[in-house]
Order: sequence, then structure tokens, then C-alpha cells
Amino acid sequence: MPSPLRLTVRRSPTPDSDGLATLVTLRVPSDVACIEEAVDLVTRHCLAGQRAWERSRFRLQVVLSEALSNAVMRGNCEDCGKWVDVRAELFPDIIRLFVTDEGPGFDPSAVPEPIRPEQLDEAGGRGLYLIRKLVDAVQFNEQGNSICMILRRP
Amino acid sequence: MGFNQTKDPSGVTVVQVEGQLIVGNRQELKELVQSALDGGERRILIDFSRTGYIDSSGLGALVSISKRIREMGGELRLSGLNEDLRSLFELTKLDTLFAIAETPQQALASF
Repeated sequence: MPSPLRLTVRRSPTPDSDGLATLVTLRVPSDVACIEEAVDLVTRHCLAGQRAWERSRFRLQVVLSEALSNAVMRGNCEDCGKWVDVRAELFPDIIRLFVTDEGPGFDPSAVPEPIRPEQLDEAGGRGLYLIRKLVDAVQFNEQGNSICMILRRP
Repeated sequence: MGFNQTKDPSGVTVVQVEGQLIVGNRQELKELVQSALDGGERRILIDFSRTGYIDSSGLGALVSISKRIREMGGELRLSGLNEDLRSLFELTKLDTLFAIAETPQQALASF
């Protein structure tokens, strides 16, 4: 069965006027079973031939998995009629990762930090916290259904 | 990705996480451990020597498993966390919740 994921990759031999060298986009169905393959595809195409970024592979995988999981489960409520769009922009010194769902959005400022002692025993609530700890900057659009995660070159 | 379950000669149930522990397979791990508990096992080691990455759902599953094992009067150890994986436990303070050994051998000796 062909993969339901839709990938495009654009590489420029020299960065364009904005400095963008590689653009990876991926449409992912709202199915948690697709998340691992989506993470693998985006990471592989982002980091192909980019030895300077190799040390960022792990955090790239984790934050992509987190953002996709949030988008599929919370944003799109696993509605198979909805998609999640991933857009990875690779510049010489930063990677910008956008993950956008079709949900109504949420207020990221209302998500509590999950590391208080009384919360350690809770099973959930660590996703956004981990993203914030693993990337250099996080931004949301006004609606709250699109996250932009920025990683700087190590 | 998957889980490889064996029993150590000392009687400890050892579960190796091969690949990722993420939202797509966390339930499988919870069910596997529950099945071991139902079978009377009380000493369980989860080893991450062959693990790529873990997401917050995977961490949450480990928290649930830890609670369940405690409720059943059992013991859980974790082992084989590389520097990246260990950083996830440290960032979330979960390194204070789990008994973590460097190697499976050290974990087995600590039961």
C-alpha cells in the first residue's frame, strides 16, 4: 500500500535571496500510526548532507514527534478527513519547522509546566514543555493551530 | 519499532525498546507490562539500549507503568539511556521518579 504521506523537497544549490537552502513540505493524515514515518522523512530530508546539523537530529525528531502528536490528536482530534501540514525551512544557521493542523487552535500560555513535584506522577502534559526546552524559540500563530519551532545550528 | 520481552535467569522480566517509544506504540508497551504483571511477574526492567527517541507520550506511558507496578507491589528499573534520552528524563525531572541504571547488567544487579 502506498504511503498516504505527501512529501515535496526543494533544494537550491545556493541559498535564495532569503537564505533558504532547502524546503521540505509534508502532508500527514490525522493518524498516529503515520507520525514515526513523517518524523523520519522530514528529518532525513532536512539533514541530508548537513553534517553541521547532525548533532540536532535527536531534538529535531523529538520536537517533530511532539508537534505532530499534538496536531493529530488534539488539533484534528484524529479526524481522518483532516490533514497536518509540516513545512521545514533550512537556512545556513537555523531550521524553522512549522506544524499546522485544521483544528480550532488553543492558548499555549494556558498550558502549565509539568515539573512540579505533585505533577511528576501524571501521565500527560509534557509535550509542549519538552518542545520549549529542546528548541531555541517557539512561536504560535494567532489562532493557535500552527506552531513554529526554531532550531539554531549547534 | 517494537518490544522484545525476555526473562533473565534471575527471574527479572526484561523489555527492550527497539526503535522509538512514542504515541503510536506506547499502548502496546503498557499492555505488555500489564500482561507480565497479570502473569505474576513483579520485577521488570525496561532497557533503552536500542532506542532512538522517546516523546512525551512515551514518557507518560512509563509513568503509568511505574504507578501500576508500584500498585501491584513490584519494582521497575530503567537502563541503557544514552545522553540524549537521559536529557529528556532530566528536563522533565522524571530522573527523580525512576530508578535508572547505566547498563542492563547494573539494573539487574540492583533488584
